[in-house]
Amino acid sequence: MAKTIAQINDRIKKGEAVVVTAEEIIDLVNKKGVKQTAKEVDVVTTATFGPMCSSGIYFNFGHSKPRIKAQKVWLNNVPAYAGLGAVDTYLGATELPENDPTNTIYPGEFKYGGGHIIEELVAGKDIRLKAISYRTDCYPRKELETWINIKDLNEVVLFNPRNCYQNYNVAVNLSDKVCYTYLGVLQPRLGNAIYCSAGQLSPLLNDPLYLTIGLGSRIFLGGGIGYVVWQGTQHNPDVVRGENKVPKRPAGTLAVIGDLKQMNSQWLRGVSMTGYGVTMAVGIGIPIPILNEEICQYTAVKDSQIYAPVIDYSRVYPEREPDVLAEVNYAQLKSGKIIIQDKEVPTGALSSYAKAREIANILKEWIQGGKFTLTEPVQLLPSVDSGITCQPLNERP
Amino acid sequence: MLKKRVVLTFPKETVEQPITYHLIKNYDLMVNILSAKINPDEEGRLVIEISGQRKNLDNGINYIKGLGVTIQPLAQDVKWKEDRCTHCTACIPLCPSHALMLDRVTMKVSFDSDHCILCGFCLKACPYQAVEILY
Repeated sequence: MAKTIAQINDRIKKGEAVVVTAEEIIDLVNKKGVKQTAKEVDVVTTATFGPMCSSGIYFNFGHSKPRIKAQKVWLNNVPAYAGLGAVDTYLGATELPENDPTNTIYPGEFKYGGGHIIEELVAGKDIRLKAISYRTDCYPRKELETWINIKDLNEVVLFNPRNCYQNYNVAVNLSDKVCYTYLGVLQPRLGNAIYCSAGQLSPLLNDPLYLTIGLGSRIFLGGGIGYVVWQGTQHNPDVVRGENKVPKRPAGTLAVIGDLKQMNSQWLRGVSMTGYGVTMAVGIGIPIPILNEEICQYTAVKDSQIYAPVIDYSRVYPEREPDVLAEVNYAQLKSGKIIIQDKEVPTGALSSYAKAREIANILKEWIQGGKFTLTEPVQLLPSVDSGITCQPLNERP
Repeated sequence: MLKKRVVLTFPKETVEQPITYHLIKNYDLMVNILSAKINPDEEGRLVIEISGQRKNLDNGINYIKGLGVTIQPLAQDVKWKEDRCTHCTACIPLCPSHALMLDRVTMKVSFDSDHCILCGFCLKACPYQAVEILY
């Protein structure tokens, strides 16, 4: 028997909704079968916590007296984008401070940047804002330097153009020297492997064909409430998939938005990748309404059924070569070792499974407590047959 | 038989003393050097594991102290900040002495300073600056 989101919301409001996490649903389907479980369960909560580079905030810091039309803006000496309205600005998670030594002393440390500022701002710390401009009749001021605090900003919005990758590469290093990558420090000659997905807890791996997650989906974002607003950049649904429809390559992505003022720095963390740069880890939780048996079956996917490609980050990734060394599943990755080219390779992750589990449980409590209801997406994400793909750049002379 | 992991800091003038030799020869101690370096100010820093009879160990440590060498338990030099750690596990495959450990049921990381040899691999691997080694 199919359910509707409106019916599920009624049950949520009455405190009667049956909510389980994407881990718990696995056992339920195993024990009771998909038919019975689909009848009994209303919502499955999914989650992920890991570095997501295409993230940032825009905010309006209010008009100074006299007014300035900020042409260039810095926050704690980190440049923000000011090519918007007079006192609107966007700070990206990967932005570095002016005069950061980057990789001049290799590998660079990248201790501070956009992601760290966002973490500090959410935590309630004062941030130094500097703006410069040219003079106009309506905006005469040329320089501004002041402290800002999240509580005084008019609007401050987390707006991430690409989060929540549906599956991701497992990085290894086949060369003879250490590689410092956005997936972490890779020891030479297959010294370690790094993966970055919550696997069976990850939102888009539990809704592989985007049957429920779409534009307008209400989500847990950075400890507060947010929304899916578009497919993320590089959304690439038409990749090789298993019989269970789960993509075996990085595939779908989400663009998400939410009011930063109600978020928590525990779920938005500045990240420093040695030899690479800075970024921000974002905590996201997405509820999946169990509308029918098919959707229920997808949420019961487990780590051993989700495969990721192992890619050499010393040559294949940087040169945009297509070679995949192997496919491994998340049960193998989480066991601590995988076998590549007959060699036992120890694994580590960048995505925190412990944090993802915590978020899935928080979202479950929110829904059980009647605090969080589900939204009907106004439009679903482009799926396998949409014709949307992620194109490489073709350079022109 | 007693075992201790300690950090010895040698002022410039003691760097040339063959301390390890004396610990072995005169105090009958087993010495395992875990790491050794001399910083730009020419201070030496030696991380060792020493084991032997309690009396010999005490005497050996007194000998070291008598030379003006600072001796402190290894645990004091390395700090794992639990509140900074997100349990991502990037450090786990790199930690050679299993001081950083992962419980594969809870998927949470923990740190046992007794096993740390101050190699510093985790410093570069940790994206959250959750490990600090005080030099």
